Amino acid sequence: MKPQENRVAWTMLLPALLLIALTVGYPLLRTLFLSFTDARLTALNLTPHGVGLQNYLGALQNPTFIASIGRTAYFVFVNITLELILGVLVALLLNQAFRGRAWVRALLIVPLALPTVVNAIMWRWIYNPEFGALNALLTQTGVLEAYRSWLSDPASAMNAIIVADVWKNYPIVALVALAALQVIPRELYEAANVDGANLWTQFWRVTWPGILPALMVVLVLRTIEAVKVFDIIYVMTRGGPADSSRTVSFDVYQEGISYLRSGSGAAYAFLVVAVTGVLIALYIGLLRRQERAV
Amino acid sequence: MKPTRVHLVQPPHIVARAKSNPTLWVRRSRFWPSFGVYLGVALFVIATLAPVVWLLLSSVSSTADLTRLPLKWLPSSLDFSRYADLLNPNGSGKEFISALRNSLTVALSSTLISLVVAIPAAYSFSRSSGRRGNLLYAVLATYMMPPVALVLPLYGLLAYLKLLNSPWGLILVYCTILIPFTTWLLKTNFDSVPQEIEESAMLDGLNRWGVLLRMVLPLSLPGLSTAAVWAILLAWDEFFYALIFTSSAQAKTLPVSIADFAAGRAVDYGLICAAGVLAALPPLLIGFLLQKGLMSGLTAGSVKG
Repeated sequence: MKPQENRVAWTMLLPALLLIALTVGYPLLRTLFLSFTDARLTALNLTPHGVGLQNYLGALQNPTFIASIGRTAYFVFVNITLELILGVLVALLLNQAFRGRAWVRALLIVPLALPTVVNAIMWRWIYNPEFGALNALLTQTGVLEAYRSWLSDPASAMNAIIVADVWKNYPIVALVALAALQVIPRELYEAANVDGANLWTQFWRVTWPGILPALMVVLVLRTIEAVKVFDIIYVMTRGGPADSSRTVSFDVYQEGISYLRSGSGAAYAFLVVAVTGVLIALYIGLLRRQERAV
Repeated sequence: MKPTRVHLVQPPHIVARAKSNPTLWVRRSRFWPSFGVYLGVALFVIATLAPVVWLLLSSVSSTADLTRLPLKWLPSSLDFSRYADLLNPNGSGKEFISALRNSLTVALSSTLISLVVAIPAAYSFSRSSGRRGNLLYAVLATYMMPPVALVLPLYGLLAYLKLLNSPWGLILVYCTILIPFTTWLLKTNFDSVPQEIEESAMLDGLNRWGVLLRMVLPLSLPGLSTAAVWAILLAWDEFFYALIFTSSAQAKTLPVSIADFAAGRAVDYGLICAAGVLAALPPLLIGFLLQKGLMSGLTAGSVKG
């Protein structure tokens, strides 16, 4: 590229890079800096005192935080597994030929387009212990004997939230899987049929390898988002009852903002970044491999 | 008695039909698999629509109907007064309308700013190779950073700039999310605009900016609108930053307002549902109408074919 061309290319990039540096680069570095200090939210711009690794040690020795890590891992694992299974099943279903298919496929966008907060209040209403639709449905069909409190019971709160989150987000997996299904060459299926393969073998040997690359990309993306989860939990249970639905994002929020202990909160945050960073690197790696495979 | 003909090979019309849909290869009866498919589709439709329909019904049911036990599923009469309340500038609608206005302002402004900045950047990434191309992945990585990692210094930054509890503070912060995302989306979009026409135009004396503005942009309008719509949806949906950086009706956006609403001691569940429906209408309508464009824009990055 001629030097002049090069300059233009960089000039075009500059505004975006500057804004990103200001709104992401600077905060990220500052969070790292703050995590080694005893800064407080009300005095963030004054020079704080350094405290070395104290914040990190405090975080890792804090039983609440450790428990939150466990809960977040549980949330992520169950959530992604359910989204994978549902997404692939629905994609397979919607790939069949049936009347009205275009309209039915269009329905996939409904949970996705629904704002997260609206989804949260919708499910909170469904789970309402006194008048909720779930309780009504289960008792009227005889499955349950009495109304249950889904969100106020530590044993079921997290799972109830997972259902709500999976309902909202599995369509993106289904959509990606559906798009991938449609580019699998038909000849592969015909060849499999000629060889006498049954439906299961066809799925395992032809369909699954065909959708796996695209699936991996979207699943890693969803994993990153699941690790970050905050909104739906805040609106549905505020992390309760008895901390049973608290995740790591909550701990950062509480420590750094509610308790004003921003130095400590920054350490919590950076621990979350460390985990997310590994996932992001994985995502980018997958993406690049896909781009190169074209 | 003459023996009936036995088909050892499927008759040609059945083979042709099966060939056109390999995942539905049936040998004898066409009934059971079809029944299974339609049953599955029915289940899917119900599972997808039931919660939303319930939300809608609740918003127009009277409180008496909602709190009756055992639950009566369909309301005895439709009551739209809650919507009138929420949209009424005097009274309970004041905060709602203010939140709606804030959401619109923030979503549209941050999308506009992000696009202005992202278009040249995406073009540069698209026509570059090597080191600059790798920078794109770094940009994408910033989009995925957990908000908790950025929120504390951003709070300090906004406090310093006196932009706390202001739509402009939110607009600035939303750039963290929207610029990387739209840059990525637009770059994959520009990739599919052929480069040959640019080269001949540049030989004729047009510089890169001219090429971008006069040739590439008009050709990629669908992709541009997709990126714009996705950006608006993302901004509309954002909750965490809005929660932390706003504290009064002057700047609160719709998601925060609704969360406040639902957390309050209000016992009118129908009102909460109505607010939810109103907040969900714009993204739902946009999503439904522009589906194909939205999905093709997003899956382009993950599926090649």
